[in-house]
Amino acid sequence: MEDTRRLEAVFASFEGRQDELIAILQRVQAEFGYLPSEAMRRIARFVGVPESSVYAVATFYTQFRFTPIGRNHIMVCRGTSCHVRGAPRILEVLEKQLGIREGETTPDREYSLETVACIGACGLSPCIMVNKRVEARMSPRKVAQRFGKAAQGERT
Amino acid sequence: MSELDALRQRAVEAWERLQSGQGVRILVGTATCGRSAGALEALEVFRSEAQRRGADWRLIEVGCIGPCYAEPIVCIAKPRRPMVCYQSVTAERARQLIDRYLDGDDPAAEHALGTLGDGTIDGIPPLFETPVFKAQVRRTLRLCGLIDPTNIDHYLAHGGYGGLEKALRMQPEEVIEEVKRSGLRGRGGAGFPTWRKWQFCRDAPGEVKYLVCNADEGDPGAFMNRSLLEGDPHSVLEGMLVAGYAIGARHGYIYCRAEYPLALERLAVALDQARGYGLLDEDILGSGFSFDIQVKEGAGAFVCGEETALIASIEGRRGMPRPRPPFPAVSGLWGKPTIINNVETLACVSLILRHDPEWFARYGTEKSKGTKTFALVGNVKRPGLVEVPLGITLREMIFDIGGGLVGDKRFKAVQTGGPSGGCIPADLLDMPVDYDSLTAAGSIMGSGGMVVMDEETCMVDVARYFLDFAQKESCGECTPCRLGTRQLAAILEDACSGKATPEDIDLLAELSEGIKAGSLCGLGQTAPNPVLTTIRYFRQEYEVHIQQKRCPALVCRQLLWYRIDPELCQGCQLCLKHCPVEAIQGEKKEPHTIDQLKCTRCGACFEVCPPKSHAVQRIPGQVPATETPAPPKPAPAAGLPEET
Ligand SMILES: Cc1cc2nc3c(=O)[nH]c(=O)nc-3n(C[C@H](O)[C@H](O)[C@H](O)COP(=O)(O)O)c2cc1C
Ligand code: FES
Repeated sequence: MEDTRRLEAVFASFEGRQDELIAILQRVQAEFGYLPSEAMRRIARFVGVPESSVYAVATFYTQFRFTPIGRNHIMVCRGTSCHVRGAPRILEVLEKQLGIREGETTPDREYSLETVACIGACGLSPCIMVNKRVEARMSPRKVAQRFGKAAQGERT
Repeated sequence: MSELDALRQRAVEAWERLQSGQGVRILVGTATCGRSAGALEALEVFRSEAQRRGADWRLIEVGCIGPCYAEPIVCIAKPRRPMVCYQSVTAERARQLIDRYLDGDDPAAEHALGTLGDGTIDGIPPLFETPVFKAQVRRTLRLCGLIDPTNIDHYLAHGGYGGLEKALRMQPEEVIEEVKRSGLRGRGGAGFPTWRKWQFCRDAPGEVKYLVCNADEGDPGAFMNRSLLEGDPHSVLEGMLVAGYAIGARHGYIYCRAEYPLALERLAVALDQARGYGLLDEDILGSGFSFDIQVKEGAGAFVCGEETALIASIEGRRGMPRPRPPFPAVSGLWGKPTIINNVETLACVSLILRHDPEWFARYGTEKSKGTKTFALVGNVKRPGLVEVPLGITLREMIFDIGGGLVGDKRFKAVQTGGPSGGCIPADLLDMPVDYDSLTAAGSIMGSGGMVVMDEETCMVDVARYFLDFAQKESCGECTPCRLGTRQLAAILEDACSGKATPEDIDLLAELSEGIKAGSLCGLGQTAPNPVLTTIRYFRQEYEVHIQQKRCPALVCRQLLWYRIDPELCQGCQLCLKHCPVEAIQGEKKEPHTIDQLKCTRCGACFEVCPPKSHAVQRIPGQVPATETPAPPKPAPAAGLPEET
């Protein structure tokens, strides 16, 4: 019931047109952290298109996900400037520290690890983004310190 | 138009009061890049200290003036003094500056980048005379970092919306003529003459037309559009209004990527303010022209920067491109004539109208007029956002403005144009930066990303990197792009891991030509450029990878190995502790060794080995058989089943 109310609240600011579909998906994801399957059904009904069309759109864009996200959402930039300044190593260290691969979430839902094409802070590369906050001038050592302790401290 | 005149007059007076006032002004650059370096913490220090001492410091959050290497950047103006621009103002340095320059009178010259405005201060050069700024001509960026982007009055006080006023006094055809005379070419990619597109759209039949501002900025390594939207959003809105008027559109969209939350926030504020001043919606400035603007957020798909994919995305569909013609200028959004222009193109339009076409064309080359912003990044000493006259040489950009390479390493290549562009080698450094020269070199101008690469960058790895990107971002609609990029990526992967054959180089080139010729949209048509340029200029590097199984730049993991020099190793055990696969053995204070069969060549040992012992060595080539204990066969690749 609670979820239905939250969905209705999102729908209230839309008319249900096809061209609003992406914005609706974005708002629903902002609300729930991901796109629950029940929400997908209701979005389809609201916009008046088959559910398969809603999935067709949602799966096309990398922003959308269908499983809940961790409390700390880490995005590693894989842009060109970050790449030539050591981003692959940073991703590797994070994967190691968190014990998950790119695209995964830790079982305790504490951390999600993803990559992004470019954060737009290329002059301060390599960069990562943690919960929408850009952290610049990273190094394998810095990320190891930043997440090694956090990950272990919180999980034990 | 007296309405706007009155608003502007008020804005000018307020601005002048602010400049000549008795108080202290502190400008903190809080664009995304500044924030990531700690600008908000510095801002908080100034704020709380002002409060604590009841001082009337005017704190203004501004965009970015460009030098990323110096972030966070803070400018401080005391009465009757030029403003001083400081670098690396972390919270701690903010406290020092308060102590020294605000409480005391020591301008802390060693932390200053330069002065701005009239007057001089001993030991601090005028900012625009310093090497970073001297070769620049700042036009679209002229207000970035100096005005409050959330205050429309700051834009108005600098002549903002003057271009719109002028345009509304002309006929739409005359506006197109002005843009034609300026020689402006699109700043978003292909460099198509802006006026010609507009003319197609204006001439296309139909009442309803659309204008779209392309703020998708999908090229990795580029952030010019973000910076402009965060630092001076009204210059883009003004350009949209002028363009909308010229082509006969009533509705405009800004398609901005979701990865730019701050730019989206600044746009929303700017739109509200423009609306409040009667610069949007019905009967703008009493001219009878009506125009509204809506923001659409992208959802993370590189291909959506392409015009027809972008249209599909705005319509709420999968961002799949379609064949052209018909071009969007004739049939675009919902089948109506639509113009898609890049953020910077539109900012140029407002300037062309405010000044005149000749003013705009004063800089540039015969076929590439005006100035262009670039994101100068990668292994360069002074990375940042710069605006230069077209025709400047790569050398001037990288060495004069950028200060050369980090650690004074050797320059290897500069990558322009993002995934659609190419890598340009050292012997072309004196080439002018303009649309046609870059194309002739096998690259493109693109939107302005410029990634500098040093001798420690592997060009085969760079090609692999871009093709991996293209392969992931290909929308999958046409076969040459979907399967072709994947095939290129696979061959490059082989080359980087020592599995490619000598014939593969020609195969790469041949396949590339096929993909270019056969792909549906610009993504596939340009995706092979990084491969073709690296083969053209760095063929030898491919050959060394393939024939000698060596990566000279020491990047490709399968083509290098690590060893610990027993003479140099102090047995500190740091490497042993950091090795993620327990491949290192050795007692404390005894030389350590690496088990080559276990080693994944992650380089962690190399990173942590203390500089004073410097015992871990990275060696090009594959592990020699002598380094691997019995079985005496060459080291099997991890994961392969054992021979029976
Ligand atoms: C795959 C692909 C991605 C593109 N991405 C962008 C982009 O992010 N921003 C942009 O302005 N143009 C991009 N373009 C170019 C646009 O399709 C279009 O040419 C441009 O927005 C036109 O604006 P202009 O004439 O003002 O340059 C892209 C093109 C392709 C093929
Ligand atoms: S390349 Fe990483 S922020 Fe742009």
